[in-house]
Amino acid sequence: MLPPEKLLDMYYKMVLIRAFEDKVHELFAQGKIPGFVHLYAGEEAVAVGVISNLKKGDYITSTHRGHGHCIAMGVDIKGMMAELFGRKTGTCKGKGGSMHIADFEVGMLGANGIVGAGGPLAVGAALALKYKGTDNVVVCFAGDGAQNQGAILESLNLAAIWKLPVIFVVEDNQYAISLRSLTPSKLQPRTSTARSVAERAVGFGIPSVTVDGQDVLAVYEAAKAAVERARRGEGPSLLDCKTYRYYGHFEGDPMVYRSVEEIEEWRKRDPILLFKQRLIRDGIATEELLEDIRRRAVKEVEDAVEFAERSPYPEPSEAYTDVFTDPYY
Amino acid sequence: MGEVREITFVEALNEALMQEMERDPNVIVMGEDVGVYGGIFGVTKGLLQKFGPDRVIDTPISEAGFIGAAVGAAAAGLRPVVELMFVDFFGVCMDQIYNQAAKMRYMFGGKIKIPVTIRTTIGGGLSAAAQHSQVLYSIFAHVPGLKVVVPSTPYDAKGLLITAIRDDNPKIFFEHKLLYGVRGPVPKEPYTIPFGVADVKMEGSDVTVVAVAYMVHEALKAANELKKEGISVEVIDPRTLVPFDKEAVIKSVKKTGRLVVVDEDYDRCGFASWVAAIVADECFGYLDAPIKRVTTPTVPIPFSPVLEKEILPNAEKIIKAVKEVVRKA
Ligand SMILES: Cc1ncc(C[n+]2csc(CCOP(=O)(O)OP(=O)(O)O)c2C)c(N)n1
Ligand SMILES: [Mg+2]
Repeated sequence: MLPPEKLLDMYYKMVLIRAFEDKVHELFAQGKIPGFVHLYAGEEAVAVGVISNLKKGDYITSTHRGHGHCIAMGVDIKGMMAELFGRKTGTCKGKGGSMHIADFEVGMLGANGIVGAGGPLAVGAALALKYKGTDNVVVCFAGDGAQNQGAILESLNLAAIWKLPVIFVVEDNQYAISLRSLTPSKLQPRTSTARSVAERAVGFGIPSVTVDGQDVLAVYEAAKAAVERARRGEGPSLLDCKTYRYYGHFEGDPMVYRSVEEIEEWRKRDPILLFKQRLIRDGIATEELLEDIRRRAVKEVEDAVEFAERSPYPEPSEAYTDVFTDPYY
Repeated sequence: MGEVREITFVEALNEALMQEMERDPNVIVMGEDVGVYGGIFGVTKGLLQKFGPDRVIDTPISEAGFIGAAVGAAAAGLRPVVELMFVDFFGVCMDQIYNQAAKMRYMFGGKIKIPVTIRTTIGGGLSAAAQHSQVLYSIFAHVPGLKVVVPSTPYDAKGLLITAIRDDNPKIFFEHKLLYGVRGPVPKEPYTIPFGVADVKMEGSDVTVVAVAYMVHEALKAANELKKEGISVEVIDPRTLVPFDKEAVIKSVKKTGRLVVVDEDYDRCGFASWVAAIVADECFGYLDAPIKRVTTPTVPIPFSPVLEKEILPNAEKIIKAVKEVVRKA
């Protein structure tokens, strides 16, 4: 059993992600955040369960739905919020926005606007770590939809033949925009004939396991085995985590492809709710303590919004910097 | 021409697809979320319900696969209209476009035809950042073997899409995201607009302004402002970059003696430079001032609205350029 401090820290990270995403949802609707925004609410157990196994020097690659990965890696949420507001104080100076937050100092190699693009980057980072002789690892987060992208399939093969320390984490939230990962309909063809991505990994010689992505401890345990294996130099693994996103694919999505009932059904197994029940049942925390933690998270998000709103926009001349390491563009 | 109504750019495209699918059973539509969702911008709405899943195919996120498959299907006698959700994603499937579709007929001695239409969305102005805001049509125009279509109005959108579907060559059809909601008169009956015929949007005598896609609207805004100051601008929309109606541009420059090219694509080695070169070559003696280009500086499109505004062309920048060439006379 994990020490109580660790468990409570995991709980804190999950509610911080939820509070952040709920707030961004609200701010987007108010027209305060521009651009394309993809929220992670509902999938918190995956990011937190996996990332709680990482240590300094480890890396992750992320997706268009990257806020949860950032927060679990410890990216400062003030900078993240300011980034979403396009301000100078943002994690990436306001140049990247929601789809491109990166913070290499904490090992977050970047959210990504191109589905599947994190795969090869994860393989390359793992190649560098192995070359340098460390026992560090790389986690590649990618959605169910991304699994059909050539770059991901090529990455699985490369990681396997080079025996690299990569943990491929599939976030199967049931949908790739409107396309269902598991339940084709009369009007919509299958996106894969494999029963699961875990089954596919076998063909690459990569050990894989299907995980209840709503249960943060189940994710933690599965990731622990995969991370340890990678640290021992035994090569890549794949975790196929079954989960669900609560908000639309992007903010503003009319969601014609699914019903409110379906969302309600998944909410009954909300990852934060399940973890809370577990912590209380096991005598790790009281309802009050957990509520305090949640309130602290909400307050931190409010402070982040205030910070973002107070921050200046970048100077227009900033548009021409950072193309190369020298000023040329 | 029968009944004419005011409809949006999206509705015009949708009508073109409906009518062509009704007319020709070899026309099929495929792409991500084109079926159940109706396309993320609504262009393919209702097609699945009307024509069924054999003709309207929701694909996995496998662009190299399904865009290549559309090329293969075209080689084998179909007329696929395939969607690349954002042009920015071309990187994952370009081989199928520029080495396969574009070159097959030539390499095979003119013995086959590839009547495939690739529809894609382009353009900035939505804070969609570096991987969802580009126009990139210059890259496709640079390669031999691809026809490049860039409509600016609902009328042109419908007529040019019908022409594209019936044309026996590979075409890339670019839809600017800021145009989807634009309304304009469109005949109900199907009609075609020949490729390679520019449209003179406004007649004038002092300066020729060439612009495509959304920039046509910014150019017209600028021209109307300049009219108040006594500067007469001729606005020309080539509508297709390949084939290109150079006669229309040359004829106009011979009349006005001045040229400003407006192009949302990156400045370096782009469409605007090519038009400038043609005019410099073919009617140098008629020019009363240096040719000006109003383009996007060659930097990635930044997220922050302040930075994005700094780099994208707009009416204000067009006015400034026009005044410079008029003053130089
Ligand atoms: C190469 C590429 N193709 C298509 C898209 C458009 N797109 C963005 S997210 C998405 C669905 C991704 O589904 P999944 O991988 O399951 O992630 P989820 O959104 O469910 O988290 C699509 C099609 C893209 N960004 N990049
Ligand atoms: Mg998904």
